[in-house]
Amino acid sequence: MNDDKFEKDFETTGHSWDGIEEYNKPLPRWWVWVFYLTIIWAIGYSIAYPAWPMLQRATPGLLAFSTRAEVAAEIAAVDEANAAINAQLVATELTEISANVELNTYAANAGRAVFLTWCAQCHGSGAAGAKGYPNLLDDDWLWGGDIQAVHESVSYGIRNEQSDMARWSEMPAFGEILEATEIDQVVNYVMSLSGDPKDASLVDAGAVVFADNCSACHADDATGDRFQGAPNLKDAIWLFGGDFDTLKATVTDSRFGVMPAWEGRLSQAEIRAVSAYVHQLGGGE
Amino acid sequence: MSLLDKHKKIETNATLLLVLSLLVVSVGGIVEIAPLFYLENTIEEVEGVRPYSPLELEGREVYIREGCYVCHSQMIRPMRDEVERYGHYSLAAESMYDHPFQWGSKRTGPDLARVGGRYSDEWHVDHMTDPQSVVPESVMPKYGFLSDSMLDGKYIGELMATHRMVGVPYTDEMIAEAKADFKNQADPDSDWDDLVERYPNAQVRNFDGQDGISEMDALIAYLQMLGTLVDFSTFTPDASR
Repeated sequence: MNDDKFEKDFETTGHSWDGIEEYNKPLPRWWVWVFYLTIIWAIGYSIAYPAWPMLQRATPGLLAFSTRAEVAAEIAAVDEANAAINAQLVATELTEISANVELNTYAANAGRAVFLTWCAQCHGSGAAGAKGYPNLLDDDWLWGGDIQAVHESVSYGIRNEQSDMARWSEMPAFGEILEATEIDQVVNYVMSLSGDPKDASLVDAGAVVFADNCSACHADDATGDRFQGAPNLKDAIWLFGGDFDTLKATVTDSRFGVMPAWEGRLSQAEIRAVSAYVHQLGGGE
Repeated sequence: MSLLDKHKKIETNATLLLVLSLLVVSVGGIVEIAPLFYLENTIEEVEGVRPYSPLELEGREVYIREGCYVCHSQMIRPMRDEVERYGHYSLAAESMYDHPFQWGSKRTGPDLARVGGRYSDEWHVDHMTDPQSVVPESVMPKYGFLSDSMLDGKYIGELMATHRMVGVPYTDEMIAEAKADFKNQADPDSDWDDLVERYPNAQVRNFDGQDGISEMDALIAYLQMLGTLVDFSTFTPDASR
């Protein structure tokens, strides 16, 4: 029988359970040696790196490795590499940045990184904005579109409580001031400025309501006032929407768009870079 | 007869084998886990961290119920790319009152450990109601129904008492005033001085902009405080941890 052959070729461990014997087949030597090596490696590793828990602290290891120190060093290295050009960016007049090709290239690229990290969630990754969040690609600006104005908006934000310097204005909720019919009239008038009103017969009456209530901020000719962030109502560009229902809601309940202040959260160089980036997107003045 | 020769006794006695196996495995557990509870390296005391206010705690319940942790982590790892994008890396102390913690394991959406103050309340309402309206490339589902689900804070005291059982230091006063604090935090016209004294740096606003307290209020209150408790302009973590 084959059994005899097996018994001859392999030694057994000597164990015998109810007549069943166990072959002794050791692991391959190479495997065993690799196993011993990993043990030696582990001892070396635990000496080099933080490892053994002692009474109060763990052993720090000969290499004094620390993820916290490592990330601090990495950030410091990048900051140092960019220190010179960042200093130049901060020292250069905002209006002079675009004249210096190297500085401008750096600002535009660094600004894009800042924009995608901090601004894209509201203004969109392509800066086209969304309902309630201004499009930064066009040349329609609420608070001004030259680079100083953009820089101020980014630094201090709009209608936030974080910065004392935040741009501030507040449109009244005219639902508490005007009659419902007057609101319908003025909405039709505003619609007529850039398109077709819903009810043309109310436009003339609306012009009177507008002159009495709205012109102080939006100007007599409805072109708006950047000093107060009052939008130009004559162009067909709408932040919240230009249809009758949306405009009626805007007039009745008012709007209160908020932008955070970035001074303190971003460095001056980052704020200047993102200002330069936004200014160059297409609508900068 | 050496010790190793006695294995026949162990191998022929199932109960003894089980007990001894358990002992051997326990050694690994004790050596690896127990030191974390006493080593100075792992217990870092950080100023500013406080238990959640009642409204924030309720918002956290909504966060857990809706499974936000499935797509969002709350754990900024100490790596340059994460620190540059999300802010200072997370400290263990910042989730010391989390039961269970919300570190998460996967990021389909961004990390939320420091989302507090990053966006306006209005943005959160817009984004929760229709995420694609503000972030077209987002795959997040809509959570607008949270605005319609009103809360009365009926069991908020019990919830806080439960958290106290697992170690959150809510005082009797905090639990007694839980319902009032719950309502006051979403109502800037209320008398919320005591609330802010009990929960320093708590933000009092009408978070969702509509009357009453909805789950949207609670969730935004929670999101707006995430990662804001530690003042990193005055606190520098020990680098050797």
